Amino acid sequence: MSLNGKAYIVGAYEHPTRKAPDKSVAQLHAESARGAMLDAGLTKNDIDGYFCAGDAPGLGPFSMVDYMGLKVRHVDSTDTGGSSYLIHVAHAAAAIAAGKCNVALITLAGRPRSEGSSGTQARNYGAAAPDAGFEFSYGLATANGYGMVAMRHMHEYGTTSEQLAWIKVAASHHAQHNPHAMLRDVVTVEEVLASPLIADPLHRLDCCVVSDGGGALIVARPEIARSLKRPLVKIRGAGEAVKGQMGGKVDLTYSGAAWSGPAAFAEAGVTPADIQYASIYDSFTITVLMQIEDLGFCKKGEGGKFVADGNLISGQGKLPFNTDGGGLCNNHPANRGGMTKVIEAVRQLRGEAHPKVQVPNCRLALAQGTGGQLGSRHGSATLIMERE
Amino acid sequence: MSIETRTPKPVDAERKLPAPLVNPENQAFFDATARGTLLVGTCHACGELHYYPRALCPYCFSDRTEWIAAKGTGTIYSYSTLHRGVPVPYTIAYVTLDEGITMMTNLVDFAPGSLRIGQSVRVLFRETEGGIKVPVFTPV
Repeated sequence: MSLNGKAYIVGAYEHPTRKAPDKSVAQLHAESARGAMLDAGLTKNDIDGYFCAGDAPGLGPFSMVDYMGLKVRHVDSTDTGGSSYLIHVAHAAAAIAAGKCNVALITLAGRPRSEGSSGTQARNYGAAAPDAGFEFSYGLATANGYGMVAMRHMHEYGTTSEQLAWIKVAASHHAQHNPHAMLRDVVTVEEVLASPLIADPLHRLDCCVVSDGGGALIVARPEIARSLKRPLVKIRGAGEAVKGQMGGKVDLTYSGAAWSGPAAFAEAGVTPADIQYASIYDSFTITVLMQIEDLGFCKKGEGGKFVADGNLISGQGKLPFNTDGGGLCNNHPANRGGMTKVIEAVRQLRGEAHPKVQVPNCRLALAQGTGGQLGSRHGSATLIMERE
Repeated sequence: MSIETRTPKPVDAERKLPAPLVNPENQAFFDATARGTLLVGTCHACGELHYYPRALCPYCFSDRTEWIAAKGTGTIYSYSTLHRGVPVPYTIAYVTLDEGITMMTNLVDFAPGSLRIGQSVRVLFRETEGGIKVPVFTPV
């Protein structure tokens, strides 16, 4: 069964907060859900499917369905880190096509900024994690894992820190127009290179922000989508993948997007050249470069040249990306990027992005996310959407 | 290779490694590190080596696996030194063993600025908090 045309994204909402010491995580989920319902023109009673991931507090769907007072007949708590919410959109479309629900709510929220989270902290998933015994002592944080990915890419393909810096520069050009963005100053390549080295070869400005916040999406059956007074954003194709160390055949030169991307393009029946706008997960600058190559926007190893000289800046380059400022400048709620990636793609397809960054007549957009981390093991999800 | 004019201070001279997270499946690995042996997985069904070692072969899913000693030499596949947010900078890496499989580790006892991808390294066993030893690597 193809998901192409089986469901539509009818509601999207990005919580405006970037620091929420006075709110609970459940509250941020619920406020985001309410925002998406208002955006869609739906009420709580219309929701009959609920999707959340590991950022949902308590016992995930149990706690949140109960907290929000929902009555649902379908739940899905697939957790592939920050890529979860793109996968949720696809799983919601599948559930709708199978008749399991009509209107699916997806929420994300978290408070890593208030809780003092940092990408330089070693992650501990407990001794039962099968890899933990062989990794925890070595201090795999987030930043140094991506540092290894960048180091290998530079070694294999001659990619430079200047080229990576262009990704941040492009994001900052977009963020200047977003009043909610954490970092709104336009930066230069020189400023990125002059920022402190965090994990070789990544500088502070190669890293995303740490922000509190949340977001929500509503996916609905086509008949319901057409009954609402919002522009129609159709799901055309989706792909998902998990990539790890492959039993010791470690290869840091490509991400799971090399698998999830082709699946999504095949289902959508389009090619990278057809995509007018792309939301690309940006935990670090190298994350963007890897996925751009793996999705086929350029050849493997040529990402450095592709992203340089403003090629990702809307109105200027060939591939406008992350026009909200992305995780690099705008928002990275719960340390997970997939939700905001879908939301900005929906804004672009609706023609509701900021006028300074809106892609003219944007009809076909892609959202790409990875979760976990490219330096060890990660989920990847690709979603292709069309304005109907 | 950069030339050092003074005795270099190892990047992680003062860092105490956290204890590894031991479970019933990986205990034998740390029993071996106590003896100065690095174990990798091998499969008697398909003949492939794997890392990290595990009960079922990740290639053919046979249970005819055995954990065998590696030579303890290899080359740097990639590395990154974490400079910020930590009390003492340290260097994480993937090392490709001469047997052909790649493992996560730390690089220790090297001159600052001297590391290169492809460089030859050999294993050392470093004590973690609580006394369990883990394999780390140093340039040859």
